[in-house]
Amino acid sequence: MIPSWYGPEEARGVWVYLETARGRLENVSRELLGIARSLADQLSTEVTGVVIGADLQAVPSDALAHGADVVLLAEHPELEAVRTEPFARVLADAVAARKPDVLLLGATPDGRDLAGRLAVRLRTGLTADCIDLAIEPGTDVVLGHTTGFGGGVTATIKCPRHRPQMATVRPGVFPVPIPRSGQTGRVERLPVHLRPEDTRVEVLERVTEDQADLTRARVLVVGGRGVQGDFSLLEQLASELGGEVGATRVAVDKGWIDRARQIGQTGFVTRPDLAVVCGTSGAMQFTVGIKHAGTIVAINVDPEAPIFEDADYCVVDDFRRVVPPLIRKLQAVHELTPGAR
Amino acid sequence: MATSARRNGKTGRLRLVVCTKVVPKPEEVHVDEATRTLIRANVRSEVNPSDLNALEAALALREQHGGQVLLLSMGPPMAVSYLQVLLAMGADHAYLLSDRAFGGADTLPTSLTLAAGVRKIGGVDVVLCGEESSDGATGQVPAGLAEWLDVPQATYVSELRRASGSGRRLEVRRELPGGHEWLRMPTPAVVSLKARANEPRFLDVGRLRRLAGQDGVTVWTAADLELEPDRLGLNGSATVVAGVGRATGSERKRQRVAGSPDQEAEALVSRMLAASH
Repeated sequence: MIPSWYGPEEARGVWVYLETARGRLENVSRELLGIARSLADQLSTEVTGVVIGADLQAVPSDALAHGADVVLLAEHPELEAVRTEPFARVLADAVAARKPDVLLLGATPDGRDLAGRLAVRLRTGLTADCIDLAIEPGTDVVLGHTTGFGGGVTATIKCPRHRPQMATVRPGVFPVPIPRSGQTGRVERLPVHLRPEDTRVEVLERVTEDQADLTRARVLVVGGRGVQGDFSLLEQLASELGGEVGATRVAVDKGWIDRARQIGQTGFVTRPDLAVVCGTSGAMQFTVGIKHAGTIVAINVDPEAPIFEDADYCVVDDFRRVVPPLIRKLQAVHELTPGAR
Repeated sequence: MATSARRNGKTGRLRLVVCTKVVPKPEEVHVDEATRTLIRANVRSEVNPSDLNALEAALALREQHGGQVLLLSMGPPMAVSYLQVLLAMGADHAYLLSDRAFGGADTLPTSLTLAAGVRKIGGVDVVLCGEESSDGATGQVPAGLAEWLDVPQATYVSELRRASGSGRRLEVRRELPGGHEWLRMPTPAVVSLKARANEPRFLDVGRLRRLAGQDGVTVWTAADLELEPDRLGLNGSATVVAGVGRATGSERKRQRVAGSPDQEAEALVSRMLAASH
């Protein structure tokens, strides 16, 4: 066996590596705080969020509101750009000093890059791309549920003897917890001791922005024949959800919306986390373009519409009656959670 | 090893290693629901598809700068014929790490073993990997390999080029959600290629036909790599597979949300936020 730095008997606490962009907490990190809270409650222990960067004053209160008891903050000019090696140094030093039981990271490109390196440095086990996490009764070991072989096989993986038990968690599988207002907790600064080799990679440029490419949209609000020419409500909803508007072929052929937004057999095949489909019957030529969506919400006045067979949440109603209160409620949530979209 | 590094340094040629894995074809792997185990009998194998993108990137670099493209794989002896396919695509030589002691490895001993292979090959400038294997799909091995070798890493790379100017530095474009970044790093380095980052070339059928037996493939065991058996394979793994099952696929919940428009909207908000993060 390749022993980890410490064992289960010394390990305590559930840690979350918090990702930020432009000084704000990423939603995947809020999701992780939610599941970490649930695991920590079952283990009667604390949730610790670790955040690394250069200018992070907005992050601790956000992390505490979403479930952290403790926030460990590492700020340093060399940590301004997201880079695996200096971040791994800070995290590994913190793990060595405080010996967490569990360490969760988002299964994002940056999270997976960091986790893979860190797990080897700590000589511990890493379960990748979890779609669910649980505590094994009796042993208090974390069970990570994941998929393999192109998604056709599920596996339950555990790390019985090495600590911390590391896992990356797929974005979007756990809900963002409802923020708790006025939450207090401890915020502690982590020492930053980088070695020369930690900064050998230079970030020449980093560009991330929202793109109007439907194949990459995380949220799609789609309208069909039932929209009857007016996409403005759907555009407002898409904007509130940080997503894009798409349409069926009928809506495009009628000239209600640009052909660049057509979804289906003759349009884009998309893979959003969430598709909200309004006033669309659900012909197969259309549904082939959204069948890879994580979650599908369908709103249609016709209870017999085939779209309800392909939906997770089915609302038999006129979207013109449901979408306005939906927009108002989303606005209210976003006011409580700055940067949450 | 040091000799070849110096030789490379003088000539500007690159010594490139492409890591590859022979995997079961994902669509042929099924779960025995009774025993909760994988049915591997009669399952055909293939070269992990995204490794072909790593090979293509390495061959393109060799065309530009000269040098060698070497294959490195860990697996059973049957992997030889698959490595020969990659040789016929243009790689110069293959190293297969094959030993019963390597079996059942999770990413910790896998990356350890591959790192020992890279060290034994020696004088390597860049190690190129696929984004992830189609079987385990962890994508963890490239980063783990970089850590064992104590060299920089870049994952999800779509383009790579040698930096202009002095020194043997690499510039890579890394794909991110809704964007990208460009990184510059010294070599040696480990790079994993984003799946479908390039169009892998066809193989040379004539060359494949000329490869008989173990031609072009050197097999190394745990003893050749001077690795202790208790750090390898199942013994060296930190994780345990507690069970497997069949994924339910794209089955939808079909949950009815009913009430007044306001109640319907209320019920949808939390579900939509959960889904859209």
